[in-house]
Amino acid sequence: MEITSRDLWTIFHGLGFGALFMLAFSGALAELYRLSAPSVPAQLGAQERNLLNFHLSAMVILAWLAVLTGAYIVYPWYRAVPPEGAADLANYPRSLLLSSARTSEWHRIGMEWKENVAWLAPIAITMVAYVTMKYQRTIIRLQQMRLAVLTFTVAAFIATGIAGAFGALLNKYAPVRGGSNIILMEGESGGEK
Amino acid sequence: MAVKNRAAVKSEEYVEVPAGRGEVEVIPNGPGAAAILAAGIGCAVLGILALAGDASETIKGLLNFYSPTGALSGVTTVAIIIWLMSWYVLNLRWRLQAIDMTKVNVAAFIGLAIGFLLTFPPFMDLIQGR
Repeated sequence: MEITSRDLWTIFHGLGFGALFMLAFSGALAELYRLSAPSVPAQLGAQERNLLNFHLSAMVILAWLAVLTGAYIVYPWYRAVPPEGAADLANYPRSLLLSSARTSEWHRIGMEWKENVAWLAPIAITMVAYVTMKYQRTIIRLQQMRLAVLTFTVAAFIATGIAGAFGALLNKYAPVRGGSNIILMEGESGGEK
Repeated sequence: MAVKNRAAVKSEEYVEVPAGRGEVEVIPNGPGAAAILAAGIGCAVLGILALAGDASETIKGLLNFYSPTGALSGVTTVAIIIWLMSWYVLNLRWRLQAIDMTKVNVAAFIGLAIGFLLTFPPFMDLIQGR
C-alpha cells in the first residue's frame, strides 16, 4: 500500500484542512445560534467561552491552512506546463483538462472559480471569530452585528462548499499525480484468496 | 463587579463584556464594525483583482508574485494586505466609537457580493463582453 507525496499533500489540503473546516461549520453555526438564544445565561461560563474560542480558533487555522496549501503546494502541480509535444498529459492536470472540449470547462469554470472564491472563507471566518470572541454573549444586543456574523459564516460555508465540491470533481477528472512514493504498508503479491 | 469606561454606557451600541477577574468592560460596537467592514473590503478587493487579472495580461503579469502559483499569488496577497490594513485603520478610528451598523453591514454585504460575483468566471466573461 503506497501513496505519492503529491497525493498526500492533496489529501492534507482537501480532506485534512478543507473537510475538517467544513465539518466544524455545523458546530460553529449551532454555537453561534445558541449564543443568541434567549434561554442562554447573560454571560457564558469560562469553560463554555474557552470551548467556543478554541472551536473558532481551530476553524480560522484550518481555513488558512486549506487555502495556503492549496495555492502554494497543490496548485503549482496542477498548473505545471508540459514539455513541448508531450503526448501523455496525465501529470499535467490543467493541460489535460484543456486538451478536450468535453473537459475544458472543468478548468475554465471549476478551477478558476475555486482558486479565487476559496479565499473568501478565511477572511470571513477570521472576522467571525474575532467579533464572536470580543463581544461573546452580548452580541445578542447588537442585532446588526449578529446579522453580519451569521451572514459571513454562511458565506464562508458556501465559499468552502464551492471550492471543496469543485476540488473533488477536478481531482476525479484530472488528479494531481506524481512525486515520490511513500510506502504505507507492505503486502503479499501474486496470490488471490 | 467593577465596570471600566462606565461613562460610555449611554448608547445601546455599547455592551458590557467580561474582562476577567470579575470585572466588566464596556466596549462600543466600533471594533466589531471595523472588522466587519474590513472583511467586506477584503472580499471586494479579491474579486476586483481576480477580474482585473483575467481581463488584462499586463495586470496578470504584475500580479504574478510567485511563478508556480501565477497571478493567484498576487491577487490573494494584495487582497490580504488591503484587508488587514483597512482593518487596522478602521479599528484605530472606531475603537472607542459607536458606529451605525446598518451602513457598515450594507457596505460589507456589497463587498461580499462583489467577492462572490467577480470570482465567478461566467460573470467575469459577461462583464468583459466575452
